[in-house]
Amino acid sequence: MNIPAVPASASPGCLVTARDIRKSFGQTPALRGASITVPRGEILAIMGPSGSGKSTLLHCLAGIYTPDGGEALFDGRPLGAMSEAERTRLRRTAFGFVFQFGQLVPELTAADNVALPLLLNRTKRKVAYKTADTWLDKLGVGDKGGRRTGELSGGEAQRVAIARAMVIEPSVVFADEPTGSLDSLAGEHVMEMLTQAANEQGASVVLVTHEPRVAAYAHREVVVRDGRITGVEA
Amino acid sequence: MSVPLTLLGLLEREPSHGYDLKRDYDAYFGRGKQLPFGQVYATLGRLARDGKVTAGDAEPGEGPERKRYAITETGKDEVDAWLAEPVIPEPHLQTVLFAKVTLALMLGKPASAYLDTQRAAHIRRMQELTEVKRRGPLIDTLLADHALFHLEADLRWIDLTSARLKELAEAVTNP
Repeated sequence: MNIPAVPASASPGCLVTARDIRKSFGQTPALRGASITVPRGEILAIMGPSGSGKSTLLHCLAGIYTPDGGEALFDGRPLGAMSEAERTRLRRTAFGFVFQFGQLVPELTAADNVALPLLLNRTKRKVAYKTADTWLDKLGVGDKGGRRTGELSGGEAQRVAIARAMVIEPSVVFADEPTGSLDSLAGEHVMEMLTQAANEQGASVVLVTHEPRVAAYAHREVVVRDGRITGVEA
Repeated sequence: MSVPLTLLGLLEREPSHGYDLKRDYDAYFGRGKQLPFGQVYATLGRLARDGKVTAGDAEPGEGPERKRYAITETGKDEVDAWLAEPVIPEPHLQTVLFAKVTLALMLGKPASAYLDTQRAAHIRRMQELTEVKRRGPLIDTLLADHALFHLEADLRWIDLTSARLKELAEAVTNP
């Protein structure tokens, strides 16, 4: 029996890189020199105890936080050297996000939420909604498109969040505790769909989780302790 | 639970009499089941025969055999190899892992690194089982789930123990 391999759709080269990233909040250091590389198409799980810095690392890699030292690179380009407008464009066109509680826009329907990233990228409305419906179908919530997010279960909301992340065909999906609010079975379905969608698209996934069963869906796992990558990779 | 390797590990702290080894074994690893004296001396005899310990001359005194045993370089190598090798990940291995962690701490060896190696072995096995779930029939998924939950429980223990190593080291070196 073999460990799942990085899919054939992956091409060589590192898509996401952290080089000796340091980040503090006030006097409290969260990252003390964290370095990782994520090849194209790889699903990487970042584990670690609460407060270890794993979510901070994800936010630095996604250009949401600016590191105090070191650098985060996307496709070989340092995020710190980009203008804010460039970073925003990158987040809108190349990065997908899935968070613990979905963070869908509550005033909008599921279909609106999924179509929104495309509309922001100036895709025609009809095309955006058709693509959104396709993704909702693919994730098994095709019949929920007209529901507002408050009318969805936790598992359904996370599937909609995955559809929203994948609809722009991102190069990398950043997922922060995507199953954290779900029961075991719903969490399993969400991970199955997230990893399958990413594999089909050849997208990388940077997955932060404290649950080993969730991390086991990744191709590789690293552990963050006290703001550094430690231990033996699996 | 390997009695010979555990006794060897205890001997690596300092040369000891069989009686003292039995007392420490029962205190740390017996879990309510005492090691018979006969098994202690038979094990020490085999370890001496295999060059892993040396036995000093009999010392005067009452009670059972009064020889002081010391670990050899061969014995130390065996303990090192045993501690560093990850246990085959399977449910109910905590007793072996527990003994390894406790002995590593007693001997000032890198318990943290051993736990990391074990953690990686567990995650690799969990990755394999997750792949079984993806590709296999539901009955295989059920079996894989059972194993995954047990392995996850081990991993939580490994993580918690990693976080407590400093306190544990004090507990086993200054009982």
